[in-house]
Amino acid sequence: MTLIRISSPHAHGSDSTASVMRRVLIATVPGVIALTWFFGFGSLVNIIWASLVAVACEALALTLRRKPLGFYLQDYSALVTATLLGIALPPYAPWWLIAIGVASAILMAKHLYGGLGYNPFNPAMVGYVVLLISFPVQMTAWAPPRGLGEVPGLLQALQACFLPAQYDAVTMATPLDMVRQNNSLLLEDLWRDPLFGRWAGIGWEWVNLAFLAGGLWLLYRRVFSWHAPVAMLASLGLMAALFYDGGSSASGGSPLFHLLSGATMFGAFFIITDPVSSAVSVRGRLIFGALIGTLVYLIRAWGNYPDAVAFAVLVANFSAPFIDHYTQPRSYGHSKSGGQP
Amino acid sequence: MNMVELIAQYPLLAALVALVGLGAPFGALLGYAAVRFRTEGNPIADQINEILPQTQCGQCGYPGCRPYAEAIANGEAINKCPPGGQATIQALADLLDVEAPVLDEEHGEEKAKTVAYIREDECIGCTKCIQACPVDAILGAAKQMHTVIASECTGCDLCVEPCPVDCIDMIPVEEGLQSWHWPLPQTASRNLDVIASDASPEERAA
Amino acid sequence: MRRIHDFHGGIHPAENKLQSLATGIRPAGIPSQLILPLAQHIGAPSQPLVSPGDRVLKGQLIASAAGHVSVPLHAPSSGQILAIEDRPVPHPSGYSAPCVVIECDGRDEWVEEPSGIRNYRACEPSALLEKIRSAGIAGMGGAGFPTAVKLAGKPGAGITTLIINGTECEPYITADDILMQERAADILAGVDIMRHILKPQEILFGIEDNKPAAIAALKTAAAGSDVEIITFPTKYPSGGEKQLIEILTGKQVPSGGLPADIGVICQNVGTAVAVRNAVIYGRPLISRITTVTGDAVTAPGNFEVLLGTPMAHLLALAGFSAEKCERLIMGGPMMGFTVSGAEVPVVKTTNCVLAPTTREMPTPPPAQPCIRCGLCAQACPASLLPQQLFWFAQGKEFDKLEQHNLFDCIECGACSWVCPSHIPLVQYYRAAKADIVKQRRDHEKSEQARLRFEARQERIAREEAEREAKRAARKQAAEKRAELAAEGGDEDPVQAAIERARARKTAQQGTAPANTPDGGVKQLAALREKLAKTEQRLALSREAGEDNKIVTALEATVQRLRDRISAAEQSPAERETP
Repeated sequence: MTLIRISSPHAHGSDSTASVMRRVLIATVPGVIALTWFFGFGSLVNIIWASLVAVACEALALTLRRKPLGFYLQDYSALVTATLLGIALPPYAPWWLIAIGVASAILMAKHLYGGLGYNPFNPAMVGYVVLLISFPVQMTAWAPPRGLGEVPGLLQALQACFLPAQYDAVTMATPLDMVRQNNSLLLEDLWRDPLFGRWAGIGWEWVNLAFLAGGLWLLYRRVFSWHAPVAMLASLGLMAALFYDGGSSASGGSPLFHLLSGATMFGAFFIITDPVSSAVSVRGRLIFGALIGTLVYLIRAWGNYPDAVAFAVLVANFSAPFIDHYTQPRSYGHSKSGGQP
Repeated sequence: MNMVELIAQYPLLAALVALVGLGAPFGALLGYAAVRFRTEGNPIADQINEILPQTQCGQCGYPGCRPYAEAIANGEAINKCPPGGQATIQALADLLDVEAPVLDEEHGEEKAKTVAYIREDECIGCTKCIQACPVDAILGAAKQMHTVIASECTGCDLCVEPCPVDCIDMIPVEEGLQSWHWPLPQTASRNLDVIASDASPEERAA
Repeated sequence: MRRIHDFHGGIHPAENKLQSLATGIRPAGIPSQLILPLAQHIGAPSQPLVSPGDRVLKGQLIASAAGHVSVPLHAPSSGQILAIEDRPVPHPSGYSAPCVVIECDGRDEWVEEPSGIRNYRACEPSALLEKIRSAGIAGMGGAGFPTAVKLAGKPGAGITTLIINGTECEPYITADDILMQERAADILAGVDIMRHILKPQEILFGIEDNKPAAIAALKTAAAGSDVEIITFPTKYPSGGEKQLIEILTGKQVPSGGLPADIGVICQNVGTAVAVRNAVIYGRPLISRITTVTGDAVTAPGNFEVLLGTPMAHLLALAGFSAEKCERLIMGGPMMGFTVSGAEVPVVKTTNCVLAPTTREMPTPPPAQPCIRCGLCAQACPASLLPQQLFWFAQGKEFDKLEQHNLFDCIECGACSWVCPSHIPLVQYYRAAKADIVKQRRDHEKSEQARLRFEARQERIAREEAEREAKRAARKQAAEKRAELAAEGGDEDPVQAAIERARARKTAQQGTAPANTPDGGVKQLAALREKLAKTEQRLALSREAGEDNKIVTALEATVQRLRDRISAAEQSPAERETP
């Protein structure tokens, strides 16, 4: 056998892009189960349909860009984008809404910028924001959680998705909507509404805890570092605590409410940890996470949208290169001032 | 008369006054900054000359790198330097903030670096090469054998032409153990593109 | 208990050290041929002192150090010099380089019983350094920097800490481990010699905690001495010089500097043994311990091998099956390099010959795009941002690379190891570093060319100006003469010039004494005196056996003077009337 000439290192760790992406997919399972339990099969149908569209879009883009299909489809990145978008979209969304969202994410946010690794913005969030701006009615129609309404079955979910005209969706405001629109009730009174459950809304609190569990598993598997999620949750909690005035009608809600409602945990562990579009250094990720946490609270409390993870993430994506530039770590043998010790 | 009334009466005048009022201090500020923070930069020809390879070969049509640098500063094309090759063109394009053209083949092709070597037993000592060498890298005297100081030779070729007995060879500088290094890896997408059939002709041939 | 510091990053690759620790050090014997590259160290290649056909004995000096940063080379066994020619050497390029090839006679005869310095403590450090220098010792850990140069250090730089590196953090390699297990006392003897040379305040012996047997052996051997055996958790690359210094002292070597700048010097355990052998026994460096391992050998282990032994010989001893092996590595899996074939020799820096099977180290899959996951930045022991460096290296943005401290990269391979996209990051950095170095050198050279060109232009201009000035002066003079002539009226300028020349000549002859008979005699005397002197010089030159040309020239002069004298004697009358 002829000997090959190859640069060191000759050994390699067992991680691959595909294995990292697979772990992310696996980690979404508890959250998806919680979503399905409380809101029915809508999210699951979203995810499956989004995945199909995503793979098709990816294949189309790769063909147009003359890249080998098999090699790039193996990395699961399209599936991750689709799954995250499927989770973020309201359950029982019509098929075209999902398709438009996925196409925007894959074709526009990812491949127009050069494919995996080159996208400055989180593709799933680009898809989400495109839909939120274009179809605000459909995008803000959340199903009522189990306990407050009938939870549709799988068949109804499929019908809602693919034959939206024949499906009469029952929708309901989310706890974040309620707090956002509240301007007369003390929070204490508002909380009498059964919607709010124990801490942050029936269903929502469990969904968030499930995503937290998935996220902690990813942390344990070292898929990402703790810095960005912890910074985001800490800054969001801090902001909520700062502006929690004991529960007046103008209050934005307690820290616990903010941490366990909406897309907080999903965002903290599955969205802002997208490595491509986030800051890279340790300090950079702390700043990146804190920026998102702050922005989420600002938009939730005073912005035009009840939840804000998508916008906050996109704004932070804008600033990631800037953050990176100013958080270059001190290399070995250099003093803190940048010179030599 | 009240100021507000005046403005209300003559909005055009007010706008003019406001513009001048803003313009003057800002102009002054800019002017001050220009004087106060002036950077004593190299004249552009010097910066261009820094980038040129200083082979002094004249292949660009100018008698040396400096004259070509001055010509570039005055708008000459930046793709006339074969010894510098594409890297130099790129550096010049970056400096001048223009699109990098490909090397103008009319002036020669980019070749591996060479060093002149005089076959000493054939040399008749005519000193013609000494006179041609732009960097005084050839030693010798009339009727005496000449030799090239290899470390000073820029490989410009200018000594080859005048030699009446054709005893000067341009020898490519060989890559030795010391100068060897790992090449930049072929990017993965590139390798894969070959599979996807949009390889360049050379790659297909290879 | 000394405080152990941690360094940033690092990884935990599979150690794979047990395979080669099953047996102790085995002798590799004498191969039929020894191939000794003249450049086995950092610095100028050695100068061969032998020629093909010479018989050399074991330990005989066969190549001398060429300059300060260089080491001499000795024959590892007795035999005949077969050739001094280019042979494939262990180098990632796979190129050949000058080697001395010895055909061994198997008798292994020593050149003479080497003499050592038993009582080295009574010796001047400079004498010990000379002993180490002449033994041809270069750092045995892998870099191969001449040990005597390192120990001599910069004058005035006080060394406070001597660190002995027994870390051996690379997977697979156990050469230092087995050396510490079996020859702990030898190592400490070498350390003691270095202590005498350097006179440090403390001696720290760093070793990873995955070598319990070695630690126990060392602790026993070092009992009662002030050498501190310090164990710390296993993590790659804690054996990197800079990392080890940080672990043991908490200090960082300044970027671009040397450990000596912070009063630290690091030596490998193998080097310590070589120093002991050189100083106490006067034995040059002609063998070393090399690990042979990997799944393509059936009996991995450590061998005491003569330098210059072809790897094929070693591999055969370990039961090598070539068909299973796709790459042959000198060094470990993290920083070792592939060699061109098994015919390349073991050199002073060969700590390991790794023959992995294709399954063990498969050909890497094509690289996927970087997803900026940051695992590399977490793994980098130099706290760099490998993903940024990769980006800049691809774009050849040299300024940015330097700004991101590319040159602080130690090429440990941790970033490539963790990279989920399988990007050969280290190769990018190596290529970029070499490009930057080349660019700097090219720029220096072009600067030099520019200066020479400008100097030449200036010279040509000056010469031109001088010629011009002369021409102008002549022209002016001619005009002036013309003017004078015009003033002088009918006098012909040509005639006037002739007159002037004649007048000048007369004036000259007027000073020459030959015009008078008295003067003729004087001139004759002067000529005779000159002749005598020349003859004297000629005689001296002949005696001294000087160059033929000088003698001939002197003879010619003598002849000429004689002719003139005789001419002067014969016709004084003729000379009186010119």
